[in-house]
Amino acid sequence: MARAPDDDEGTWRVAADTGGGIDALGQFRLFTVFGPIGRSVNFTQANLMMCVAGAMILALIYYGMRPRALVPGRLQSAAEMAYDFVMSMCVDSVGPEGRRFFPFVFTLFLFLLIGNLLGVFPYFFTFTSHIATTFALALFVVIMVTVVALRAHGLHFFTYFFPAGVPVALAPLLIPIEILSYLSRIISLSVRLFANMMAGHVMLEVFGAFVVMLGAAGLLGIVPAAFAFGVNVILIGFELLVAVLQAYVFAILTCIYLHDAVHLH
Amino acid sequence: MNTNTGSTPPSFDERLRAARDRQGLESAAKPEDARNGEPGDWGASPLGVGLRLGLELATALFLAIAIGWGLDRVFHTRPLFLVLFIPLGGAAGVLNIWRIYRPRPDRRAD
Repeated sequence: MARAPDDDEGTWRVAADTGGGIDALGQFRLFTVFGPIGRSVNFTQANLMMCVAGAMILALIYYGMRPRALVPGRLQSAAEMAYDFVMSMCVDSVGPEGRRFFPFVFTLFLFLLIGNLLGVFPYFFTFTSHIATTFALALFVVIMVTVVALRAHGLHFFTYFFPAGVPVALAPLLIPIEILSYLSRIISLSVRLFANMMAGHVMLEVFGAFVVMLGAAGLLGIVPAAFAFGVNVILIGFELLVAVLQAYVFAILTCIYLHDAVHLH
Repeated sequence: MNTNTGSTPPSFDERLRAARDRQGLESAAKPEDARNGEPGDWGASPLGVGLRLGLELATALFLAIAIGWGLDRVFHTRPLFLVLFIPLGGAAGVLNIWRIYRPRPDRRAD
């Protein structure tokens, strides 16, 4: 957890020291919030955004479902659609047992979805663009999947790494490969989300800087600046797509891993 | 309105479906449902699929190199575990891709 060494307003510092070039990665720098209290416990803007996302999800569910109307309003529709969507995702890809994992997948999906979407807004921070966040989530998912598999199948789970019908002579080769493939889920799951979010925000920053630089270059720069601005508008729409899609992908992959854990292959 | 004279009126579900069809809601929801649980399909664009497969290949190799390097560091046998783990990592990457694209009769059945 890095923090700006000397001042509270890290954003100002970052904005100021972009200098001549484009500081595309400066937006991912962490700084502490809430003054000395935040500094003493290293409470960064990423943590703040996680709390905001959590509060927004709780508010959506609480205020959305409070009317309990037969014909739902907008907020209730949103809450019900999220519930329906995740429930069908669980049941379709895990099977009937998927209902047991619904609370986990629902929390995970909404947390990532709100986190990704909040990041598209100006001045907000995308906590999913940090590998530390996504890696922790992916590690948690894989450990939980392993525990679920061990509880469901006991030691029989280890046949997952050595399928039936394979010659025993291949075991020394096959088992390490299977274990590596199993463990690589942690990295591919976390890197997919983190890389998508980071790449999108870097592109936004780069084209945003183009607008400012070319716009400042005088009359000749106006047309390319307008073009860069148009690209940025398209990129924002693209970012919205990526935000939803990557949250969906993370959740559905969790479901698929759970399916493997419950059914072993 | 003149379609259901004489016969039983259409059920609420049918009328709801017809209304949703008119609004284009039902057809919009369809591809989402069809995609669920079909891991080879999402990502939609060829670029997305390519990136995903590249990621699957690279992560296994990266993990294998990390493990090999770490074991070498612990046991002071510099190239040995690295040499051992790199082919295994490459194979694990290919296995990851096979996992995505293998035919799975069981997935549809249950």
